[in-house]
Amino acid sequence: MVHQYKNNGYHILLDVNSGSVHVVDELVYEMVPYYKEKELSEIIALLKDRYPKEEIREAAADLEELINAGKLYTEDIYENYIQEIVEAKKPVVKALCLHIAHDCNLACRYCFAEEGEYHGRRALMSYEVGKKALDFLIANSGSRKNLEVDFFGGEPLLNWQVVKDLVAYGREQEKLHQKNFRFTLTTNGVLLNDEVQEFVNREMSNVVLSIDGRKEVHDYMRPFRNGAGSYDRILPKFQKLADSRNQERYYVRGTFTRHNKDFSKDVLHLADLGFQQISVEPVVGTEEETYALRAEDLPEVFAEYDRLAAEMVRRYRTGKAFTFFHFMLDLTGGPCVAKRLSGCGSGTEYLAVTPWGDLYPCHQFVGDEKYRMGNVDEGITRPDIRDTFKNCNVYSKEKCRDCFAKFYCSGGCAANAHKFHGSIHETYDISCELERKRVECAIMIKAAEAEKDEVESDEEK
Amino acid sequence: MKHIKTLNTQTLQNTMKKGGCGECQTSCQSACKTSCTVGNQSCENNR
Ligand code: SF4
Ligand code: SF4
Ligand code: SF4
Repeated sequence: MVHQYKNNGYHILLDVNSGSVHVVDELVYEMVPYYKEKELSEIIALLKDRYPKEEIREAAADLEELINAGKLYTEDIYENYIQEIVEAKKPVVKALCLHIAHDCNLACRYCFAEEGEYHGRRALMSYEVGKKALDFLIANSGSRKNLEVDFFGGEPLLNWQVVKDLVAYGREQEKLHQKNFRFTLTTNGVLLNDEVQEFVNREMSNVVLSIDGRKEVHDYMRPFRNGAGSYDRILPKFQKLADSRNQERYYVRGTFTRHNKDFSKDVLHLADLGFQQISVEPVVGTEEETYALRAEDLPEVFAEYDRLAAEMVRRYRTGKAFTFFHFMLDLTGGPCVAKRLSGCGSGTEYLAVTPWGDLYPCHQFVGDEKYRMGNVDEGITRPDIRDTFKNCNVYSKEKCRDCFAKFYCSGGCAANAHKFHGSIHETYDISCELERKRVECAIMIKAAEAEKDEVESDEEK
Repeated sequence: MKHIKTLNTQTLQNTMKKGGCGECQTSCQSACKTSCTVGNQSCENNR
């Protein structure tokens, strides 16, 4: 399968099954759809009025070279391979999302956790429950060394002492068990202060700071419970924290909705404020919600992604680059194909833990009783749920098989699929369209970066 | 090659041999908590 498209003046071929990305000229771009079916003489006959014959022969030779190197028109050879890997794998857990506080000091309109309460009552996780969760993780992690623990909410700073105590406990246990904990924190910033900042910088490998972008956008969606906006309260603290981490190992993270389809402005607003690690992603909501994105919004949203990508290229060229999470793409050191095909890991290697110690496939399933998989005392009591998630991958979903983005998206978000279709083996079309668009933009950016780097190394010569 | 510039050297086929060790980050864990994105992650073995 070859996916070809034009973006920002680049002609791009993605050979899906080898993951090869080729930037080509117009001639090759035109030849690729029929190159395999037609004889060279036919191709020359078709194109000779517009291109010199010699050029066409050269282009054909270039295409042959790619085919022989296994970089064009490659087949999908991974289905059995991934099945074998999945079956051979002993189930291990390597990441937990700890719902340290089911409570929140903001009342964001799109909160899937319903102001932090997750269809339940307000609660804080006790140190005892948290300790058992870490013990559970260590005991179920097999030979995995790196274990991830995200302090999530609601708002985790509402239970800050427990966070600190659990980090201390983790640091003590990791030595005894030859593990390495990577702690992360997701916060709305309201309670952020110097003491929190100092601790976070010492202990947390990543911190996610929730801010939506422009003040009016942020304040509309992320008010305090009394209705007042939260932007002015959190922004200076986030800027200070980001700088204190050298603009590394953090993200400012926002959500865009139907109310700010021009979200490239929000991303650029954050960049102009000095943030260099930015993630702004589409809201997930059903049609009844006024803020939810609809199919009819897609052309506008696509155009925004294009605008953003083009602007990022401009900034890259002038030394003002910043990272946009969804356009990050590692073409050289990216993940192996097994990782790319096995999905997000929810329900298998990644689990969420409620304040009461119940286990769910991921944070988005918390509160849906059907998906309660066990608890930190007894461990997994519903291995059937785990098995359903384990067998959920690109090949278990009809729509993913033929999708050019399958090795970048890995079959999408099980929670979204469940929310919209009641099954984790489905895909949610709007998310898919957006994912494919982002992959196209991300690849274009790589093409532009490669061009700039080339020009520079020529100049050095 | 005059007409084509390939941006990556590795192919996915080549990652089959040593892949699947599972040491890398869980994909939903980092910055987006509502979507799956693996293409942008790094292999722990290439660091
Ligand atoms: S660390 Fe590398 S080889 Fe191991 S599963 Fe992740 S991407 Fe694959
Ligand atoms: S974009 Fe959609 S169809 Fe494509 S791989 Fe992802 S979930 Fe599957
Ligand atoms: S199911 Fe969706 S929200 Fe849950 S971990 Fe996977 S990608 Fe993230």
